[in-house]
Amino acid sequence: MSKDMMAGFELFQPDTLQGAVDLLARYGDEAWALAGGNDSFDWFKDRVKRPSYVVDLTGLTELNGIREMADGGVEIGALTTLTEIENNSLIQGRYSILADAAGRVASPQIRNTGTIGGNLAQDARCWYYRYGVDCYRAGGDTCYADTPEGQNREHCLWGANRCVAVSPSDTAPAMVALDARMHIVGPDGEREVAAEDFFIGPDIDIERMTVLEPGEVLTAIRIPADWAGSTFYFEKVADRNTWDFALVSIAAAMVVEGGNISRIRMAAGAVECVPRRLSVVEQVVTGQPKNEATANLAGQSSVRGATPLNFNHFKIPLLQNLVTRAIRDA
Amino acid sequence: MAYKLIGSNFVPPDIRGKVTGSAKYAEDFRVDNMAYCRLLLSPIPHARVRSIDTSRAEAMPGVLGILTAEDVPAQPAPADPILTNEPMFIGQPILAVAAVDETTAHDAIDAIEIDYEPLPFCVDPLESLFPGGDDARTDGNVVDNRLTGPPSIRQMKWGAADFAAVNEGQLPTGEPAAEWSYGDIDAGFENAALVLDESFVTAGMSHHSMEPRSAMAYWQNGKCFVFGSTQSQSFVIPDLANYIGITPQELVYVAETCGGGFGSKGSAYPVMSIPAHMSKKIGQPVMMRISRAEEYYLGFARTGFQGRIRLGFAADGRITAADVYIVQENGATVGFPDWPSAGETVSILYQPPAMRWRGIAVQTNTPPRSAQRGPGHNQTVSAVEPLIDKAARALGIDRYEMRRINAPGREARFGENQAPVTSCYLQEAMAKGAAAFDWENKRALSGQRNGSKVTGVAVSQAFHPAGFAGFDGIVRLTPQGQLHVHTGIGNLGTYSHTGTSRIAAEVLNCDWENCVVERGDTRKNLPWNIGQFGSNTSFTMARTNYVAAMDALSKLKEIASIDLGGEPDDYDIGEHRVFAKADPARGLTYAEAAQRAIELGGKFDGHELPDDINPMTRESATALAGTGIIGVARDNLPITGQPAAFVAGFIQIELDIETGKFDIIDYLAVADCGTVIHPQGLATQIKGGGVMGFGMATLERHIYDPQNGLPGTVGLYQAKPASYLDVPETMRTDAVDEPDPQSPLGTKGIGEPVMGAGSAALICAISDALGGHYFNRVPITTDQIVNAAAGRDQSHGPLQVNTA
Repeated sequence: MSKDMMAGFELFQPDTLQGAVDLLARYGDEAWALAGGNDSFDWFKDRVKRPSYVVDLTGLTELNGIREMADGGVEIGALTTLTEIENNSLIQGRYSILADAAGRVASPQIRNTGTIGGNLAQDARCWYYRYGVDCYRAGGDTCYADTPEGQNREHCLWGANRCVAVSPSDTAPAMVALDARMHIVGPDGEREVAAEDFFIGPDIDIERMTVLEPGEVLTAIRIPADWAGSTFYFEKVADRNTWDFALVSIAAAMVVEGGNISRIRMAAGAVECVPRRLSVVEQVVTGQPKNEATANLAGQSSVRGATPLNFNHFKIPLLQNLVTRAIRDA
Repeated sequence: MAYKLIGSNFVPPDIRGKVTGSAKYAEDFRVDNMAYCRLLLSPIPHARVRSIDTSRAEAMPGVLGILTAEDVPAQPAPADPILTNEPMFIGQPILAVAAVDETTAHDAIDAIEIDYEPLPFCVDPLESLFPGGDDARTDGNVVDNRLTGPPSIRQMKWGAADFAAVNEGQLPTGEPAAEWSYGDIDAGFENAALVLDESFVTAGMSHHSMEPRSAMAYWQNGKCFVFGSTQSQSFVIPDLANYIGITPQELVYVAETCGGGFGSKGSAYPVMSIPAHMSKKIGQPVMMRISRAEEYYLGFARTGFQGRIRLGFAADGRITAADVYIVQENGATVGFPDWPSAGETVSILYQPPAMRWRGIAVQTNTPPRSAQRGPGHNQTVSAVEPLIDKAARALGIDRYEMRRINAPGREARFGENQAPVTSCYLQEAMAKGAAAFDWENKRALSGQRNGSKVTGVAVSQAFHPAGFAGFDGIVRLTPQGQLHVHTGIGNLGTYSHTGTSRIAAEVLNCDWENCVVERGDTRKNLPWNIGQFGSNTSFTMARTNYVAAMDALSKLKEIASIDLGGEPDDYDIGEHRVFAKADPARGLTYAEAAQRAIELGGKFDGHELPDDINPMTRESATALAGTGIIGVARDNLPITGQPAAFVAGFIQIELDIETGKFDIIDYLAVADCGTVIHPQGLATQIKGGGVMGFGMATLERHIYDPQNGLPGTVGLYQAKPASYLDVPETMRTDAVDEPDPQSPLGTKGIGEPVMGAGSAALICAISDALGGHYFNRVPITTDQIVNAAAGRDQSHGPLQVNTA
């Protein structure tokens, strides 16, 4: 249960990326990489996660800022705040979907401290898991949410596998829609992973939400030029209009030529443990006129195979409506 | 009548500190050698503590002491204990640890081993009432907490036959714990053209007070000093002293500011005595800071209702009979009597000629329940007002007209005894609101479609009692020429501590610049006053400050007559002087009269006091004796009815049927609060109450896992009170501004029905946008709206609780 009283830990504040990676490698399982702290401190305060060594990444200036890449794309340092992304003219001009998504994260105060890296890599928000129960995701042997009386209104429609938590990130679906690349640095060097592959479900590893291995740091997100300036749609539906996680969110990037959708990428948030790429919808609408009929077909096809839990079947019409809107209203 | 101060805005004396941060809340106080304590909270919903091993904790450096249930006075069941060895909800305090700092204290808590014997638990009242159902407590499952005597607990079970229609969503109505009725109910229903019979659920909700219930305490010179977070001041002292185990005279209580209570800090609460007990044990001052999550665990919640209401209507819309049954989810301890308020609310708002109320308060292993802004009243209007709309639609009557037909007038009758009220101007509030809102034209927008958005328009009513009588007032005129108003009411945040103090200044015709409000600290010598709750301050404290000021006024005139000749009635006051009516130049300044009072002694300067004042008032007045003219009196003014406050709400929304989201386009509420005492304060109450009501109606969540008794809403982001972006940028407010004849200057309270009006209005508007869909539930959350708009069943069972 939550305790609201942080335990002591040893704090490191490296000023180089290599220094941070070395520290994380040195302390292994006992280390914790800290950025904006909005996720980390919740865990620390409740003493559910109790790292002995915390490596504060916020001094790594090389992980800050938004840069134009040679190919016309954009690189965003992982420590860039959500507020910076929301207000950046380059992002607003080329990838407004990301500015919109960043601007719908939590509240202004949280966006001022919250980083894009932290938003993408944040842990599951299942309230049972956050409460500190010994569920599968916490290394235990049960799921509290996926039971006959479990309170699972916020949980998944797809991908249940012992865990039914969803991807909570508002920017993740936008990154998938933009086909962004995640730049990762770790003890074994650098690697780059497509956004769609960055997020992993419980079938791959039930105790992690991303491919980040212990000791690895997400350093930057590179958004290719492919979708710059295309037609975008982002919408997040949450109970409250601020400081709330999505019940369902939708992110779509599309190119419309002569009234027809020539290419499209679409992803939904909060319906699966990962941002759900809506490949079926993409196939259904590609080459079709961007009109109400196509939009309705898109909506209907988006929910095929959805398997609701006891308290979340509203997500089926909600996702269907949001997909319809994405095609109809973009 | 035009007043000098009443009805005008003022700068509250405590507002500067609140804006600059210099105001002191409980956790801002610091004293030398102060230790900190943390609480060990129960991790399971119901258990017996078999043993506690504190050996590792006690051996830790920096640990100063451990306080368990054996160290503190036991409280009579079903009262909330201070600490307990039979925890009855997750988060109930079992013991406290003091240390040099909070981290050390909590490290020590983590090192304490407790052997628990788990006991059966229950989070649904109906489950507990079913034959063989689990009880939340070992001593029973039904509490009588009506304020007519000491609370009691017993076991009650209904028969299986009572539950025959439960699967159809009909509330079982077995043997109630209490009931009343008047009139011929059967005839009322038989003669009705339309009978509605609906069961409903209203969720409990946390209070979300911005300031958690922290407290600090130390002992000095035989007195215990407590710095706490309460809405009230004087009213807290007897109970807090009792929790600490001392006399009220041995307690110094400081509560200068309160970061919100909403009913949960109206009286003393047991947890706030822990620092005092710990301080006594370790011989050091002790600060106990309560965290945000802890506030959700142990900081009380509104009760939940599983209700059923039958309403009979004549073809012309007049209600012929009402039959109300409330099963109240009461938490695990004494809770609060919301359930009788449901009956009273229906009786006053709709004036049924025949009515029955039945109810039962059932224990669950969930957070302790207390009053929350409109306790019972606001759940009731949120559930019943949309039914009035349903009836209006069925009978083809305009929804405003439907309410007007049934609304209480000057001869309104209230509750079981059909008692009179001191004043009622609800019809005027409705009419004023309908005109300003332009109901005639706005209602035509109902159901208008704009893309996926549908317009909903609604009107609502709400009620709350609005005052008490019989408390004391103290005012003091000093040789410096100042008026000191000593007020023991507390500081809920409404500034009515000062608003009502201005009544004394009005009576004595004082310039406000020469007035000092003394409050928030026992050492300020405060009178015995009721707590700042129940929308009562503007009525109750108007009376106490009035009688104290009138006592000072008569003493002024008497002193003048002694010094300057003639009779007291020959004198008048003005410009801080008492002067001869026949020769205004002949008189004394207030400063001179105050000096003369000290010289004359006796009753004039507080050395002789009235016999009928409370001992607390006597002690305070005695301490002030010899410092000027002491005006002190008990409120013995006549009162012949129930003070009552009413609000009419009007709302226009746009509901997006594809997302379940809505925008409030316009909200207007009109208060019947008697004479407006403080226009800015009133507007803030109406708007703030509206915002809280919008949250109650649609956003707030109170989740309990029925399998494990786990609370799912222990943070602001989980419990979801309305945010700035969920409410309209502007809201309109107004008041009838007709004086209540039983309040000296006509004022009465308003703090609670302003919330009910907002909640009921929004629920009615969502229902209107969905073509009159009645949800049988409060709140109506996003998922429910999406399901309703899509024609899908809801996820929760009709009578299921703690799912939203």
